[in-house]
Amino acid sequence: MDASSALELILTGDATLFAIVRLSLLVTLLATVCSALIGLPLGAVVALTAFPGRHAVIVIFNGLMGLPPVVVGLLVFLLLSRSGPLGDLGILFTPAAMVIAQTVLITPIIAALSRQVIEDLWAEYRDELTAMEVGPLARVKTLLWDARFSLVTILLAGFGRAAAEVGAVMIVGGNIENFTRVMTTTIALETSKGNLPLAIGLGVVLITLILVVNAFAWGVRHWSEAHAG
Amino acid sequence: MLDRAASTSATSVLGSDLPIRFAGVDYRVGAVLILCGIDLEIAGGPPTILLGPNGSGKTTLLKLAMGLITPTAGAITYGGRGMPAPGTRAFVFQKPMMLRRTVAANVGYALKAAGRRPDRLEIARLLAEVGLEGLDDRPARRLSGGEQQRLALARALARDPEVLFLDEPTASLDPASTKAVEDIVGRVAKSGVKIVMTTHDLGQARRLASEVVFLAKGRLIERTPAEAFFTKPSTDEARRFVAGDLVI
Amino acid sequence: MRIRHLAFAIAALAAAGLTTAPAAAQDKSIVVSSTTSTQDSGLFGYILPMFKEKTGIDVKVVAQGTGQALDTGRRGDADVVFVHAKAQEEKFVAEGHGVKRYDVMYNDFVLIGPKSDPAKVKGGKDILAALKAIHEAGAPFVSRGDKSGTHSAELRLWKAADLDPAGSKPSWYREIGQGMGAALNTASAMGGYVLADRGTWISFKNKEQLEIVVEGDDRLFNQYGIILVNPEKHAHVKKELGQQFIDWIVSAEGQQAIGSYKIDGQQLFFPNAKSGS
Repeated sequence: MDASSALELILTGDATLFAIVRLSLLVTLLATVCSALIGLPLGAVVALTAFPGRHAVIVIFNGLMGLPPVVVGLLVFLLLSRSGPLGDLGILFTPAAMVIAQTVLITPIIAALSRQVIEDLWAEYRDELTAMEVGPLARVKTLLWDARFSLVTILLAGFGRAAAEVGAVMIVGGNIENFTRVMTTTIALETSKGNLPLAIGLGVVLITLILVVNAFAWGVRHWSEAHAG
Repeated sequence: MLDRAASTSATSVLGSDLPIRFAGVDYRVGAVLILCGIDLEIAGGPPTILLGPNGSGKTTLLKLAMGLITPTAGAITYGGRGMPAPGTRAFVFQKPMMLRRTVAANVGYALKAAGRRPDRLEIARLLAEVGLEGLDDRPARRLSGGEQQRLALARALARDPEVLFLDEPTASLDPASTKAVEDIVGRVAKSGVKIVMTTHDLGQARRLASEVVFLAKGRLIERTPAEAFFTKPSTDEARRFVAGDLVI
Repeated sequence: MRIRHLAFAIAALAAAGLTTAPAAAQDKSIVVSSTTSTQDSGLFGYILPMFKEKTGIDVKVVAQGTGQALDTGRRGDADVVFVHAKAQEEKFVAEGHGVKRYDVMYNDFVLIGPKSDPAKVKGGKDILAALKAIHEAGAPFVSRGDKSGTHSAELRLWKAADLDPAGSKPSWYREIGQGMGAALNTASAMGGYVLADRGTWISFKNKEQLEIVVEGDDRLFNQYGIILVNPEKHAHVKKELGQQFIDWIVSAEGQQAIGSYKIDGQQLFFPNAKSGS
């Protein structure tokens, strides 16, 4: 097996490879969406509310952006293990556990960066929105919508981080063939088997996938900017 | 154009916000006293212009009158009440902030914020009133300076306010745009909306004012009907300002 | 409103994606924790489809180091444990984490080294003599250092040769804390010696300048065992399905399947389950 066979696998539509790619995208996209649902409102609230300890919270969010994936994996593993507090859910070694681990990993990124973006935008919008007597909830919605382009970039950063990590999904997913095996864990496995050219070929596939997602997002942004500014 | 002479929608159920009465108002930021000992009554009717050189505290006075900021000493009442009623005032800032949306969406947003339906016909009417008809789908940030200021006016009018506050709205505009904005302000004033506007431009004050409140260095120097102010100013500072002196 | 449509689409996606997984888990399946060397050898890819065809049971293999595999069993995160570290396995059962240990198969370890052979051990039949020579010469030696079955075997052999590089940590002894594939990659890159199981070695693709230098010594024997995780400690363990797997593995059919697995014409594993155990 070598690099050209990686290309062969892609072109002939090898079912196993496609299943792995499909699972990778599913897990990471879901994790990105969940992180957005938690991280964006969280970032907005911290940006707009004064509360004791606010600066400490901001520093902690920023620091958590650098959470090592393998540590996140280990923590989620201990949580979901049968011997752990959430063991009865029985979701260790399933894709659900992988989504949870990646969500934990990228929520701080989304919260920390959106906090900054929204705080900057609020500085600009504050006078006008106050004059229009816009209430707190409406303010959050307005800022989130008006910051949408920057926020999409932030989501892409989160997506990229999750798509590239192997430590968390390896530990909580178990790299089970046809079940929890994703691109990054496959690359790790093929490397450990000495199939280096194949591993690199798969690496190229992974990078291409991430680029495609980014190109798609860029296209959407370009279209919306032309139509709505 | 609707005549709001007998406007019932412009005043809230709580009654009018006018007159706005300042009693011994100070405004201090840190160690700096921006306004000192302001006693003033702004009543309904034709436009009141807050006139004065830059740094005289006009913008601060305007924001206090609107209720955007609160005095550090003294009190302000609105129609006899301590707080202005919601939804009765609108403010046009010197540098208008455009929402990152289309022109129509900006007006729609203002309507919704005022508790009114973002009706397409109403949006079109408001845009026509400020001369921006046909620009509905243009991204608001791509408008020229003059157009943005007019959009800000449309947003303010969307609130159907009793009082319209404007802070040097034409300070950064070219003469043609300035005229366009002044014309709109004039029409709005005639329709029954109370205008309170700041400017440092004598010419603009002459064109629009019916009553002048003259400020210098944080103090209220003179307050007179426009005609009297420009022909027979009673204070020394006012005289020097009308004569064109820079440092009052 | 567009946001609502988006939210609905996402919820549908999530439901579709995540229910295909647990739904599959509701079908007959078990989790077997095993070792990376066993997985890397390709044995599971060969015998598990046979088991699935016969019983319809999906076997999900989580491959880790031996220590981690046993720990997974201890925690109840697997139904069956299948490793090659007899002493640790017997302790596992004695401590009540497993029901019963069955012998399954053996393969052997081989000493791998660079073609340049700095310690001059090639062709020897005595592993202890070879280790002593490597120690004398201070030739680079890669240890897995991860408490795996292979690592335990390596430490046993050093001890038998009266040496303790794991304790004294001389600079030529490199503990990497990773699996067999990584150890082989490292040995290949640094021109060093490494103890490997034959199975992983045969299917390893990056041999480059490495070759077998010592083999055939009885002390290089590597026994595999299989254990059902104790359902009394973990009520959710799928004991019937797990036992079915164990029964099949030690049956004539399973043993024959194991013996018939070959790479490049070479048999990797030698079945030795005791009949009637």
